[in-house]
Amino acid sequence: MGSGRLYAAVAAGGFRRYATYRAATAAGVFTNTVFGIILVYTYLALWDERPHLGGYDQTQAVTYAWLGQALYSTLAIQGGGAEKDLMARIRTGEIAVDLYRPADLQLWWLASDLGRAVFQMLGRGVIPFTFGALFFSMALPQDITTWVAFLVAVALAMIVSFGIRYLAALMMFWLMDDRGVTQTMMILGIFCSGMTLPLNAFPDPFGDIVQSLPWAAQLQMPANVLMGEVSPWHAYAFQAGWAVVLLAAGRLLQSAATRRVVVQGG
Amino acid sequence: MFIEVDGVEKVFDVRRKTGFLKRERRQVRAVDSISFTVARGEMVGYIGPNGAGKSTTIKMLTGILTPSGGRLRVAGIDPSRERTRLAHRIGVVFGQRTTLWWDLPLIDSYRLMHRMYRIPDDRYRENLDRCVELLELGGLLEVPVRQLSLGQRMRGDIAAALLHDPEVLYLDEPTIGLDVISKAKVREFLRELNGERGTTVLLTTHDLQDIEQLCSRVMVIDHGRMVYDGALAGLHEAGGSERILVVDLERELPPIEVGSAARVVKVEGPRQWLAFPAGESAAGLVARVAAEYPLVDLSVREPDIEAVIARMYAEKATA
Ligand SMILES: Nc1ncnc2c1ncn2[C@@H]1O[C@H](COP(=O)(O)OP(=O)(O)OP(=O)(O)O)[C@@H](O)[C@H]1O
Ligand SMILES: [Mg+2]
Repeated sequence: MGSGRLYAAVAAGGFRRYATYRAATAAGVFTNTVFGIILVYTYLALWDERPHLGGYDQTQAVTYAWLGQALYSTLAIQGGGAEKDLMARIRTGEIAVDLYRPADLQLWWLASDLGRAVFQMLGRGVIPFTFGALFFSMALPQDITTWVAFLVAVALAMIVSFGIRYLAALMMFWLMDDRGVTQTMMILGIFCSGMTLPLNAFPDPFGDIVQSLPWAAQLQMPANVLMGEVSPWHAYAFQAGWAVVLLAAGRLLQSAATRRVVVQGG
Repeated sequence: MFIEVDGVEKVFDVRRKTGFLKRERRQVRAVDSISFTVARGEMVGYIGPNGAGKSTTIKMLTGILTPSGGRLRVAGIDPSRERTRLAHRIGVVFGQRTTLWWDLPLIDSYRLMHRMYRIPDDRYRENLDRCVELLELGGLLEVPVRQLSLGQRMRGDIAAALLHDPEVLYLDEPTIGLDVISKAKVREFLRELNGERGTTVLLTTHDLQDIEQLCSRVMVIDHGRMVYDGALAGLHEAGGSERILVVDLERELPPIEVGSAARVVKVEGPRQWLAFPAGESAAGLVARVAAEYPLVDLSVREPDIEAVIARMYAEKATA
């Protein structure tokens, strides 16, 4: 279909756009590697005290920590993906330009964010993860099918992640200040995605709750697929379910927003 | 008619914080019942002071703002209801914004337009070549947009708006911030576009030279109301402007008296300045002065369009 090529071009643009920021990418790789080392030693200490915390052994905890660093910018866990641009465009009125084009707003931004995510996985994710695998013992699968299953879970995680952030960004049509939304999303993102601690390590009933929220589809599910802790189909169903709900909610909010749209500025 | 605007209004609800948890609601009538039509192939200037409602009108014509009242049609389409369908037939340039992809080379944005508007390959190539030539974009295609100068970016934006052969082009301040040479290039291009291709153009600007050089028809809006719609020349009459007859007499004399036909606005030695309505012929006045005074030389000064518009804006503000 003709529009498939359009969104492919948008995604390619999103990819190349981030590829132009070489210094930022290098700095990101460095930060994620350093954070990974700190987090790994924290986890090692914690798992020494509480072996099998959350059902993970030490190598699994280490794997989880490195995976978190690898997917941190890919899934824009604390924000800073396409939604950041979208928020700015709504606030300044630049969104006007997007609205008079014959393209679907949500698909456009989804494509652009996926392009960004793929770049950040390759540009920022692979190196810290490889570093972790070289210098620490990790629980990595030996068979190619598990790796493929893992990549599918990551792709679904990208869509869920976008779904959450798109909803947040559309709030800008009603709010004129993005700080509240951005900060809330950041805290929820870091905490509920399991960036600080795997979600299965939280005590119940709290653990059960966070594991059923959409953020669990981001890091926890791909990690469990990679380490064989969950059947891929179970993970996919959970992720796809949230993806559909979030994207549908995004559509609704988008049509409400554009119907009452007030485009800012001359 | 290609564009039909009939009693269109736009009222903004503005909420303002007046204290802790206290908000005041106020309504701003940005466009207040305006009507006009534009025929296919016309090139119309749309002017007015800051905050008059020009951009709001253009946003309604593109469909990104829904009118609060009235009827609006572009090519028979209700813009806000069928924005996407209309999008294929219009081109838009907001001078203060850009459609181009900031971090990527200019050509990438054009490739995106190619896909977005589903432009047939040969049309795309032809239009791009033409824009590149006329807007002198040749050396810029591989340059990231953020590295372009304002004038280069604006030319890039104009090209982006035209690749899909729109029937109408809305330009909201396309010459803002451009130097004389860039302005001339843009004007030349627009004249070509309208003349050769018959593209309908609606042009908003604060630079009256844009209008003088491009548009035979001008619409003036102020406080959301249309205060003038007609030929550029007619603005002088509508604005109550005056021409000046400068006469050199043989010697210093008291101010010339010709009744209500003209009034003396300045005397400097033997030279006197007489103001008379711009719509009236100078011949009668000259004959009368020549018959009654020792006339040596004379000249007529045309009113300045800027002054006319300024007076028009000022009158409305105090009215
Ligand atoms: N989003 C908005 N919310 C509230 N009021 C608005 C909004 N957009 C425009 N207005 C008001 O509507 C009026 C018309 O604005 P508009 O941008 O159409 O003016 P303009 O003629 O384009 O002016 P300029 O020459 O300064 O660009 C102004 O009083 C402006 O304050
Ligand atoms: Mg304006």
